[in-house]
Amino acid sequence: MSAKPATQLTAPRPSKLKPAIPSGVLGVLIFIFTEIMFFSGLISAHTIVKSQAAGQMWPPYGQPRLPVGETALNSLALLVSGVVLVFTWFAFKRDPERARIPLLISIALGLVFVGFQGVEWVALLSEGLTMQSSAYGGFFYLIVGSHAIHAVGALIALIWAYDRSSKGRLTSTQLGTVSAFWYFVVLVWPVLYWQVYL
Amino acid sequence: MADTLVEVQKQEIHGQDHEHHDQGFVSKYIFSTDHKIIGMQYMFTGMLMAVIGGYMAYVFRMQLAFPGISVPGFGQVSPGEYNSLITNHGSIMIFWVAMPVLIAAFGNFLIPLMIGADDMVFPRINRLSFQVFFISSVVLLISLFVEGGGFGGAWTSYPPLSANADYNQTQLGASLWLIAVALEFVAFLLGGINFITTLMNSRAPGMKAYDIPMVCWMIVIASILFMLSVGPLLAGAVMLLFDQTLNTGFYDPARGGDPILWQHLFWFFGHPEVYVVLLPAIGITVEVMATFSRKKLFGYKLVLYTAVATGVLSFFVWAHHQFIAGIDPRMANVFTVTTLLISVPIAEMLFVMIATLYGGSITLTTPMLWALSFLAEFLIGGVTGIFLGASGADIYFHDTYFVLAHFHYTFFPIAIIGTFCAFTYWFPKMFGKMMNETLGKIHFWGTIIPFNFIFIPLFVLGMGGQHRRIYNFEHFPEIAGPEYFQLREIATIALLIMLAFQAVFFFNVVMSWWKGEDAGKNPWKANTLEWTTDSPAPHGNWPVEDLPTVYRGPYEYGHPDREEDYWPQNLPG
Repeated sequence: MSAKPATQLTAPRPSKLKPAIPSGVLGVLIFIFTEIMFFSGLISAHTIVKSQAAGQMWPPYGQPRLPVGETALNSLALLVSGVVLVFTWFAFKRDPERARIPLLISIALGLVFVGFQGVEWVALLSEGLTMQSSAYGGFFYLIVGSHAIHAVGALIALIWAYDRSSKGRLTSTQLGTVSAFWYFVVLVWPVLYWQVYL
Repeated sequence: MADTLVEVQKQEIHGQDHEHHDQGFVSKYIFSTDHKIIGMQYMFTGMLMAVIGGYMAYVFRMQLAFPGISVPGFGQVSPGEYNSLITNHGSIMIFWVAMPVLIAAFGNFLIPLMIGADDMVFPRINRLSFQVFFISSVVLLISLFVEGGGFGGAWTSYPPLSANADYNQTQLGASLWLIAVALEFVAFLLGGINFITTLMNSRAPGMKAYDIPMVCWMIVIASILFMLSVGPLLAGAVMLLFDQTLNTGFYDPARGGDPILWQHLFWFFGHPEVYVVLLPAIGITVEVMATFSRKKLFGYKLVLYTAVATGVLSFFVWAHHQFIAGIDPRMANVFTVTTLLISVPIAEMLFVMIATLYGGSITLTTPMLWALSFLAEFLIGGVTGIFLGASGADIYFHDTYFVLAHFHYTFFPIAIIGTFCAFTYWFPKMFGKMMNETLGKIHFWGTIIPFNFIFIPLFVLGMGGQHRRIYNFEHFPEIAGPEYFQLREIATIALLIMLAFQAVFFFNVVMSWWKGEDAGKNPWKANTLEWTTDSPAPHGNWPVEDLPTVYRGPYEYGHPDREEDYWPQNLPG
């Protein structure tokens, strides 16, 4: 920025810029920040409505309680899946071949989580909790449903990564990109569980 | 066998040829991944939408000044149509004109050229971004013609009016409007990810953080603000869409919901959005001012840090839109303080512009005139904002024409003056031809003078207590005195004059593009990298082996040790 002295008329040719974070990972990180704000919006809306509930009744009268215990167990499956994916990353760094099995375990645990959430929804619907029955039901399906859509999307990305790794064509940037998104899905869930279920 | 091998090798070599092969018309102009073409697509779509938005303004201003007349080109305006027109005028001008032109069009066109990259980091995501945006524009235009007409609940779309078709009478129009807005946000999310990543990772060798031209910084800071603020609004939009279509009760107090909730979610986005469009306009203006006063930008780092500070503060001012919505008065006090605080960094940027001009060798070209008028007009918009930011005064001014005049004095300089400033400045780089200066100046004065005649009367009307959402003032005899009608007529006639002068602009663009003087590489003798390549820049921007290298900051004008008064960023000495 500062003016150079007159004597120094030729400067050495600068070297090429080395990105601190690969572009793919950076792109998905920015996307994750937006997603965090999206879930913050949902959670703060939920908190406001909950704090204004008639007679401080939450869940409102006539609405079923959410299955706190079963979902806690299910949450554990999701968290373990995230931990296994961390091991996948380190295994991949040593030898891409050895990353395939932990990646598969991570995907399987993720599928268990999503499947069990689906079973839970069917049970709750039969107990009379729908999006229209109250703001409580509306927020439950909206928030947990948004998370489920993200989980399914991230699982599809992980399966795509597994498919590439079985062909030996998975790069570390690709694995980093899809893992970053799965970590987001895993880490946002405890917050949602705490806010919506407890 | 040998022949096929050679074929394969040839193909491989061709594949490595950096995509500089000839493209057909469709792949070059419709489904292009070239950032310059995508920028143009955004710009022309945005300008088309601006014409539609301007036409809407013409129709409802005619109705306001001459209630009940058959408006030429439209016919009688019914109350429902009036509501739909003002709603869609606002939505179009903000979401389909200001954002696509200022951020998407100039961001796409300028960022890679100014930082010396051959294209965006994710060209295909960039193309997807425009396609989603284009679909959103089509959905919005369709929403105007469905059964029941276009949505008429104002661009802020407050529930319960917007949530329930029994109130707004536009079952389909309201949902389509909301879907269009949500799609438009998705488009800018994709675009914003590209802008930020490209600026971070694709800069020319030697370009350090403080060598980046200010307009690129501003567009990227605006994109970051957009990314951080849009999430809550998308959440709120999903809830509103469910209220409209699935009959949920998120905003229905009778069923445990809260209508004020939408206002919070909307304005948490809506206020940073003001700075999302303001910052690129300021970036464009300082770029033009530095070039045409042949002086270094005053306080480069100051401007940059101020922009960041503005961005941070803009997240803590949203409730000043809700002072009379029934929020806690103690909270209103806090938001009054933050709102008055945010005028400090903005004032600082205007002072920086003045300091850049001070003592410079100013040339009054058309882009420079637009830049100077930005300074003058935005100042009026900013100063009148102080009255509205103070919660006590706002109780009286809320929802009057004063508010309307205030935000048009901010948005017009941002969206219209900023666009014209950038368009006239970078026209040579876009099309390789110079614009006609005489026609440019006629268009400038024909736009600026009527603009003030439109909105200064509206300030007076607002201070007289005229409410901004009244369809026909003759229905309210106690506030429909003749002096008020005269002011409304002045505003409407000034609008007609201003719209007529836009023809000069379109004529100028077509004539200059067709028969204009050749621009050469660097007609303005500017320093930044986009002026080192051909005009218009080829696919890939520079020859692959000859991408530029940066040795200094972008504003080295009038250096005492050099014969020329400019010093391009890419010259070693």
